[in-house]
Amino acid sequence: MSGKTRPMRFARLLKAAALALAAFAATPALAAEGGAHPEKQPWSFKGPFGQFDRAQLQRGFKVYREVCASCHGMHLVSFRNLMEEGGPEFSEGQIRLLAAEYQVQDGPDESGEMFERPGRLSDRFPSPFPNEQAARAANGGAYPPDLSLIAKARSYSRGFWLSLLDLVLQYQEHGPDYIHALLTGYDHQPPEGAHGQPGLHYNPYFPGGWIAMPKPISDGQVEYTDGSPATVDQYARDISAFLMWTAEPHLEARKQTGFMVFVFLAVLAGLLYFTKKKVWSDVAH
Amino acid sequence: MSGHSTFDPKNPALKWLEARLPILGLAHSSFIAYPTPKNLNYWWTFGGILSMMLGIQIITGIVLVMHYTPHVNMAFDSVEHIMRDVNYGWLIRYMHANGASMFFIAVYVHIFRGIYYGSYKEPREVLWILGVIIFLLMMATAFMGYVLPWGQMSLWGATVITNLFSAIPFVGEAVTTWLWGGFAVDNPTLNRFFSLHYLLPFMIAAVVVLHVWALHVTGQNNPTGVEVKSSSDTVPFTPYATVKDAFGMVCFLLFFAWFLFYVPNYLGHADNYIPANPLSTPAHIVPEWYFLPFYAILRAIPSKLGGVLAMFAAIVVLFFLPWLDTSKVRSARYRPLYRQFFWVLVAVCLGLGYIGAMPPEGWYVTIGRLLTAYYFIHFLIILPLLGFIEKPLPLPASITEAVLAKNHGAAKPAVGA
Repeated sequence: MSGKTRPMRFARLLKAAALALAAFAATPALAAEGGAHPEKQPWSFKGPFGQFDRAQLQRGFKVYREVCASCHGMHLVSFRNLMEEGGPEFSEGQIRLLAAEYQVQDGPDESGEMFERPGRLSDRFPSPFPNEQAARAANGGAYPPDLSLIAKARSYSRGFWLSLLDLVLQYQEHGPDYIHALLTGYDHQPPEGAHGQPGLHYNPYFPGGWIAMPKPISDGQVEYTDGSPATVDQYARDISAFLMWTAEPHLEARKQTGFMVFVFLAVLAGLLYFTKKKVWSDVAH
Repeated sequence: MSGHSTFDPKNPALKWLEARLPILGLAHSSFIAYPTPKNLNYWWTFGGILSMMLGIQIITGIVLVMHYTPHVNMAFDSVEHIMRDVNYGWLIRYMHANGASMFFIAVYVHIFRGIYYGSYKEPREVLWILGVIIFLLMMATAFMGYVLPWGQMSLWGATVITNLFSAIPFVGEAVTTWLWGGFAVDNPTLNRFFSLHYLLPFMIAAVVVLHVWALHVTGQNNPTGVEVKSSSDTVPFTPYATVKDAFGMVCFLLFFAWFLFYVPNYLGHADNYIPANPLSTPAHIVPEWYFLPFYAILRAIPSKLGGVLAMFAAIVVLFFLPWLDTSKVRSARYRPLYRQFFWVLVAVCLGLGYIGAMPPEGWYVTIGRLLTAYYFIHFLIILPLLGFIEKPLPLPASITEAVLAKNHGAAKPAVGA
């Protein structure tokens, strides 16, 4: 008996040691890469039951429209999306009026000419520049990226261990946290002796620390009518939440469907478990 | 699929069909009457889980193709069209993208289960080799699928991997140009990858049929590694294995659903939400997680050709596993030394995966080289020698005896995994 248990125990010990070793080798991964780590924000849409805050999305859209839209496009989003379920949920009348304020190129008409007409619900948001070259020419050589997907296209490394924890705790708001940190990070002073290229601005959250976009927004710049504070911090929160919605417009439907699927699968697993027990009850195994 | 079918339909229509094409009898002997060892543990449910995943990938893939456009100017936006405008498009697309990862998780469990219990040994060599072929096809399919959304990682991952072929002496450059259909990864590359990504899953399905056929000829291995000796060692596939597999599948679906509904981008890379841009290289080009151990082996060798050869050798060595393992005993339960080396191998493979995700600098290079060396030493030196050095524990006379011993708390076999 003892001859059999010893190698067993030893195998377990070895297994644990090997796994621990692999894990230990992983520790240096925590060394930061890119910029400073953004702070986690208490987003309403995080976690398994997360939902967007309608008022926040509406404020965020206002910030986009009055500030960001002068340089950044949002070409994957249609006007109609703004009134759909799970988003800012503006009324149809509001969005019809809004769309009509934009001029959209259409055509060619019967004589072969392109023409401009007021926007419709089905139109995508027109981009501020006709092409990348024009955008660069107007922005000192830098290209203001399209914002439709930016909240999913930006992330930061949390290292091996925190990433494992993120899987369990469902942390996936790297993008909005980064955007919020970036927009509120312009007031930091560069480290002594550090100088960026002319035309670049210091921001510790941007990889490399120097960003072409100047500080885009200041306190009081956008007027809020719902009593929310008109501060850069609040603007940054609202636009980050809005951009999370533009990047993942079906986030609420996904999480709600997920919960129903979980309940269904859990019940089914329970039934199958007891069925299996019953079926196997007459077999020694 | 072997032996004479005991299927005897009463219904005259079925009788008529059975006399002309005994397909129902085939199904009956394969999935109903098929004798299954009664001591299989839950690690054996991963075969069924893999069949389910292949089905999910094919069905979701076919639906995605209805809305996807394989052109460099439209591919990225067509995927976003699926995510935004197609009814439940987000569900289908996330299911397909995360399903690929789940498929690999299941296949790695399945492979390591085979390695632990010696499932590759005589008479199951062909069964094992067919499995390795499926694994290779899966890797090719997954790689080409990752290129289709045409994000930054799609383009640059494809560039890095296809460039490997340029390491072939003399004809490397020509082969790479031929693969690309041009002088860089571009529209022709995307088109052919799309075509092959649609073809290969059906080839996988065909090899899976062969894999299952070979399995049903030799019968399943089991945790004792002792062959089935009498009918008291087995139970009919239905309902015993069917209900157990179904429970395993639903548990696996719960695991899948966690990723699918709550962290659907966890296993992906943020850069792939940036449209492909040949003029801008991402800071780190990282392959999908399931390729990381092989990527680490590729980078462990300081020469490009050497790295490519080592990477392919890491898979080729699996084809020879049935003959590299010289022990007559199958299951690690009765191989005290092998059992320890098995867990070292698992740790080494995890370690290689970790190194593959890290930049190739400093200690990572050294550790990567040591782990790579150990990977090959395990298969080429340790395994052949172990068969001669190791003194296996006494084997039970039969599966039934092992089961009885376990149930009566006798000193016989300790339960493995």
